[in-house]
Amino acid sequence: MSALLAATAIWKRFGAVEVLKGVSLSVDPGACLVLLGASGSGKSTLLRCLNLLEPVTSGRILFGGEDIVAAKRAPLIRRRIGMVFQNFELFAHLSALENVALAPIRVKRESPRLARERARYLLAKVHLPDRAGAYPDELSGGQQQRVAIARALAMQPELMLYDEPTSALDPETVGEVLQVMQELADDGMTSIVVTHEMGFARRAANRVVFMDGGQVAHEAAAADFFAGAVPDRVARFLGKLPS
Amino acid sequence: MVSFPLILDYVFSARFFDAALMTLLISASALFWGMIVGLAVAMLQEAPAWPLRSLAVGYLWLFRGTPVLFQLIFAFNVLPAFGVVLSGFACATLALALNEGAYMAEIMRSGIRAVGRGQRLAARALGMEDWQVMRWVVLPQALRIIIPPIGNQFIGMLKLSALVSVIAVDELLLVANQTAAANFRYLEALSAAGIYYLAMTTVLMLGQALLEQTLRRRTRGGLTETMLAATADAGRVR
Repeated sequence: MSALLAATAIWKRFGAVEVLKGVSLSVDPGACLVLLGASGSGKSTLLRCLNLLEPVTSGRILFGGEDIVAAKRAPLIRRRIGMVFQNFELFAHLSALENVALAPIRVKRESPRLARERARYLLAKVHLPDRAGAYPDELSGGQQQRVAIARALAMQPELMLYDEPTSALDPETVGEVLQVMQELADDGMTSIVVTHEMGFARRAANRVVFMDGGQVAHEAAAADFFAGAVPDRVARFLGKLPS
Repeated sequence: MVSFPLILDYVFSARFFDAALMTLLISASALFWGMIVGLAVAMLQEAPAWPLRSLAVGYLWLFRGTPVLFQLIFAFNVLPAFGVVLSGFACATLALALNEGAYMAEIMRSGIRAVGRGQRLAARALGMEDWQVMRWVVLPQALRIIIPPIGNQFIGMLKLSALVSVIAVDELLLVANQTAAANFRYLEALSAAGIYYLAMTTVLMLGQALLEQTLRRRTRGGLTETMLAATADAGRVR
């Protein structure tokens, strides 16, 4: 089986600072890859490079067999990759339903009726069937993040990127977001997840990549990773996390 | 002796009423075009290419650096020499709008900047082109933020429009002045004009307060207040 996305030797420099130093990773269709690592290890930058929100300094990214680093129009690629942010970033002036339907209507030029119908379906899928009319500031953090997931899904992406989706949440709402992510992964949605939630990694991940100092320090199948055969450095990191 | 019946006569006369309408019309159209000019200048200021940015700087320098009264008289007296003959109303709208644009740009720009980077990032992540990010995510939110300061600008413009009397547009101040010149009843004629000005600004202030209350319920914490404070003085000194 060939990878849905394969990044090779990704370098990213901000001025004199090297944030990514030759990172390679790949994710198979339907798989869930969890990215671990201390803050500042380059995980979020890597995610943004993968959907071309940040241009890479050098390296190659194959997405569906096509080298997208050289893609002429990055927005066309981004339409096929959903992204969920730490701070949700729901559009503050739009209701939950409008947030989900905006890109299909304006970017994909779908009929508004159809887009809203699917938005309703997606809101039900993230367990918010009765909050369609609510504005972001009327929703809890967990609810906002689930709307943000529905918004990303509305573009019918082939791949989902999650950038610390539960880090900004109250502990009691973390579970509802992780549950939605797990359900999607179980349905076969390919995903790359930056998270510190080891419980989620254990339940949903196929592979785990551990990053340190802008490089991949360790990579393993999830089963092996959690069986305990990890280098000291990884073990020390894991020891500091609540599990 | 002040004659109150005469003041009332003036207030309810068709001539004063039409003049007040003209004042309102000039203010509204100058504000409308000023917003469009301001938005364009704000976009230039935010443009990545420096020639565009310096174009914006040049515009602000020119229109903030000269009195608006000078700009009015310039438009009225100098443009015809170049074959551009405009009606008094068109001249008034042009000069006031170009001047207003130089101040409105700052309001528009703070509105655009108040929309967070994360919102743009989220919009780009959905595959929007830059103009779509602006059109569907940034501008709708920026407009909500700038509505209260624009209310201030409208009130300011209403008062500023009195300057137009110098280029023979039949607005409130000119009509009051002409009326008084015929019988030397300045107190009565100017009082009538003052009553109209106060009535219009009062209605606008009340409307603005009402709008702000509604917006405060709908916008996220404090943004409106911040913007009000930041732009309250934008158009005061010209």
